[in-house]
Amino acid sequence: MRLTRFDFRRLAAIYAGGVLGALARVGLAEAVPHGPDGWPWATFLVNMAGALLLGYFFARLRDHPEDSLAHPFLTTGICGTLTTFSTMQLELFQMVDGGYLGLAAAYVGLTLATGYVFVRVGIFLERRPEEAA
Amino acid sequence: MSALAWVAVGLLGGAAAAARFLVDTAIAARTGHPFPHGILAVNICGALALGLVAGVALEGEALVIVAGGCIGSFTTFSTWILDSHRLAQAGHAHLVWLNLGLSLLAGFAAVAVGHWLGGVL
Repeated sequence: MRLTRFDFRRLAAIYAGGVLGALARVGLAEAVPHGPDGWPWATFLVNMAGALLLGYFFARLRDHPEDSLAHPFLTTGICGTLTTFSTMQLELFQMVDGGYLGLAAAYVGLTLATGYVFVRVGIFLERRPEEAA
Repeated sequence: MSALAWVAVGLLGGAAAAARFLVDTAIAARTGHPFPHGILAVNICGALALGLVAGVALEGEALVIVAGGCIGSFTTFSTWILDSHRLAQAGHAHLVWLNLGLSLLAGFAAVAVGHWLGGVL
C-alpha cells in the first residue's frame, strides 16, 4: 500500500486520537476494577460513551468531504480507541468460565442494545437543530 | 501504575489505532463490499490476542500495557455498532444480524482458543 502525504497526516491524526482514547479507557479501567462476578462498569461506560460520540461525529461530519483531519482524529482515533471489542469479549468469556451465565447474557444483551440506541441518539442529537430550523 | 507505564499505554494506543485504520482500509479496498470485513478481522484478531494474553497470565503493569493499551485500542466497539447501523440504513438487514452475530460468536471463540493456547504455552 502506497501512502501519500495526506495519508500520513491522517494517520498522525488517528494516532493522536488513539493516544487520548487509550489513556481515557485504561484510566477508567484502573479506577473502577471489577471481578468476573461483577458488572464491568469501566468497559460498559467507555463503550456507551464512544457509541454516542461516534454517532454524533458521524452525523456531524457526514456532509463534509474527508479532507479535514478532525474526521479521522475524532472518529477512528478517539471514538474507535476509547471503545473496545476485545476487552468486552474477554469479560464475557470470564463470566461464562466462572459460571455467571445470567450476568454474561445481561452484559452482552445490554451492551449491544444500549450501544445501538446510543449510536442512533448521537446521530439524532446532531440532526435535530437542522431539522428544527 | 508508574508514569512510564502510562506513557507506554498512550504511545501503544495511538499505534494500535493507526494499525486498525491501515488493516481496515487495506481489507475494505480488496473486498469492495458493504459488509465491514475489515473491522471484523481486526476485532477477531484482537480477541484472539487478548485471550492469549489472559491465558499466559500476564500480570501487573505489563498486563495493563499490552491488554489495555495495545490490544484494547486495536479493537473497537463503536465502529462495529455504527457500521451495523449503516448497514441497516442501507437496507441490508440480514447483514446487520450477520455482522453482530458473527462478530460475537467468532470473538468469543477467538478468546477461548487464545486462552487455551496461552495456557498450553
